[in-house]
Amino acid sequence: MHATSPAFKANVTGALADAGLQKALTFTRPRFPERRAAAVAALPEFERLRDIGRDIKNHTLANLDFYLETWADNVEKSGGHVHWCSTADDARAAVLAICEKVGAKTVTKGKSMISEELGINEHLEQHGIAPVETDLGEYILQLRGEGPSHIIAPAFHLNREDWEESFRKSHTDLPADRVFGERRDILVEARTILREKFLAADVGITGANFLIAETGSSVIVTNEGNGDLTQTLPRVHIVLASIEKVVPTLEDATSMLRLLARSATGQDFSVYTTFSTGARRPGDLDGPDEYHVVLIDNGRTGMIGTEFQDMLRCIRCSACMNHCPVYFTVGGHSYGWVYPGPMGSVLTPGLIGVDKAGHLPNASTFCGKCESVCPVKIPLPKLMRHWREREFERHLTPGAMRTNLAIWGWFARRPGLYRTATRLAAWGLGLLGRKRGRFASLPLASGWTEGRDLPAPEGETFFARYAREQRNKV
Amino acid sequence: MSRAEILGAIRRGLRRGALPDDQAMALRARLAGHPRHLVPARSQVARPAQIALFIANVEKEFGTVARVASLDDVPAAVGDYLAAANLPTDFAMAPHPDLLGLNWASRPMLTPRVGRAQGTDLVCLTQGYAGIAETGTLMLPATPERPTTLNLLGDVALVVLKATRIVGPYEAAWDLLRQELGMPRNVMLVTGPSRSADIESTLELGAHGPRNLHIVLVDDDPTAIG
Repeated sequence: MHATSPAFKANVTGALADAGLQKALTFTRPRFPERRAAAVAALPEFERLRDIGRDIKNHTLANLDFYLETWADNVEKSGGHVHWCSTADDARAAVLAICEKVGAKTVTKGKSMISEELGINEHLEQHGIAPVETDLGEYILQLRGEGPSHIIAPAFHLNREDWEESFRKSHTDLPADRVFGERRDILVEARTILREKFLAADVGITGANFLIAETGSSVIVTNEGNGDLTQTLPRVHIVLASIEKVVPTLEDATSMLRLLARSATGQDFSVYTTFSTGARRPGDLDGPDEYHVVLIDNGRTGMIGTEFQDMLRCIRCSACMNHCPVYFTVGGHSYGWVYPGPMGSVLTPGLIGVDKAGHLPNASTFCGKCESVCPVKIPLPKLMRHWREREFERHLTPGAMRTNLAIWGWFARRPGLYRTATRLAAWGLGLLGRKRGRFASLPLASGWTEGRDLPAPEGETFFARYAREQRNKV
Repeated sequence: MSRAEILGAIRRGLRRGALPDDQAMALRARLAGHPRHLVPARSQVARPAQIALFIANVEKEFGTVARVASLDDVPAAVGDYLAAANLPTDFAMAPHPDLLGLNWASRPMLTPRVGRAQGTDLVCLTQGYAGIAETGTLMLPATPERPTTLNLLGDVALVVLKATRIVGPYEAAWDLLRQELGMPRNVMLVTGPSRSADIESTLELGAHGPRNLHIVLVDDDPTAIG
């Protein structure tokens, strides 16, 4: 997928002016946190499960070679095939080769973020094979030629009018004067059209939420059932999975699954959690004749053994973006590549380079909400800070920012001077802003005040207040 | 090739070669022992409460449950459900001995067609392998007696489940599966009917899979009747 992350600032300007997007963001913003909070409150063990989730992933990453080999051996034993692919090119070629070998004309697809990463659809289309996205959100995005703006709710940036307009434009066989009275009518139309596609497809492609070493299984999680229809009806099932998806056992996967749906949609468990192990067996009345897993690195091994290894624990639940004030201001497309929000701000520089994605780890208030809801406790703000350091070291940071950082650094290394200067500034700004309590504009701070007011300091610095409170304690 | 390339890159990152034998042995022991982690307390309750929890969780997720005293009562329960919902009386049915042995003729008009589901089937009936009380989840493994398409293609998915097959947590269901079937080609854990919230973040039932999930629960467990 082509990255527009270098144009992050222009993307944001567009997003802030997009009334439809802002309407969708405002509508959805409170919903994700409310749902997650309710699900977490109903499970007293949730906090302890987060530690367990983190530990399972850390254990697996520390032994990743062993678990991948064990998993691959077990896939082969159950009659499946593993295609090891270092790069996106390798993976695209592997998928195409499987499709061409069976003479595939149409391919149905379950929702998969790594498929977006690889650009599988474009590649298949170029070779005369028609991919059909079957997740409702992904389906409308395919009709509109857009990418997903969220990793589990890919089309939540669209409003009902957008759905109706796209369906009328694309489903030209249906009466033009049909009425979409409610959301349900949109759903029913999509269901009817996609049912035909499911039954006609030669190959089904899904992602994988987990791979299980013990059994050689791949696991998908959906609410619609589209992933199951995709992998059950065609003759061939292809799974796209990146290397960090593996966990050792069914029990390990179970502990991760207790975290996933609660963190994602606030459900206790997704509607369909399905474990696939190999191809159709003797006596089975349905299921695919061939089962392939395209196992993809595409830059992930480069994060192992670095300060970014923690990011490979990510289970793609979306809790971080669901709670992110930046994400819900600028929307997912602004981030310019596959993965938006805090997890994207850490992962994207790791996969496409900090030279292209350097804006993303800078687009954070470091409020820490993302880390506090992450089911596997990834220290996202710390990792974003590491990217900022890398960017600075490589002289990718803009000149004005470097100058300001140098000035701040000069003061920060002289604590006496630093305190005097901040005391003067807090006192001065406090005095100036006393009347209104905030500034609508300030010299040198237009980057802040153009979008919102700057609260006026109350006249005292943090250091002064801290010292005073310590004295009062004794 | 790529396999060696990827494994080599992982080992370089981890700053070691292939795992030494003793460490690999320890990991193989962990796989063989597949230890449980923390299992939430909510499902670790007495049998009657466990069954009640299962039913409450199914209903919370928009499924429905009818309790019957024995397998022989299943045809009547299925007939009642289809009549009340104004649904056709012909349906696709799993070739499972529990279902094949029932006297379907006892209920006039009911016409099961034994086999996998087709794209045009409105109603499908299968046999539930296990129920997981923790979240009201059905375990539906693919076997010759339980085709996967029956779980997916109908507008209505009917599942016959015996109370003796309801367990507390997922881990207990995995233990049953390992003992009895190993790892089947496909294992579906199903919690309620199909749904989507992709249109304006608002939940609608019946996306691509069944719009209704109805469980006929057979009370074959004397310890479970509270």
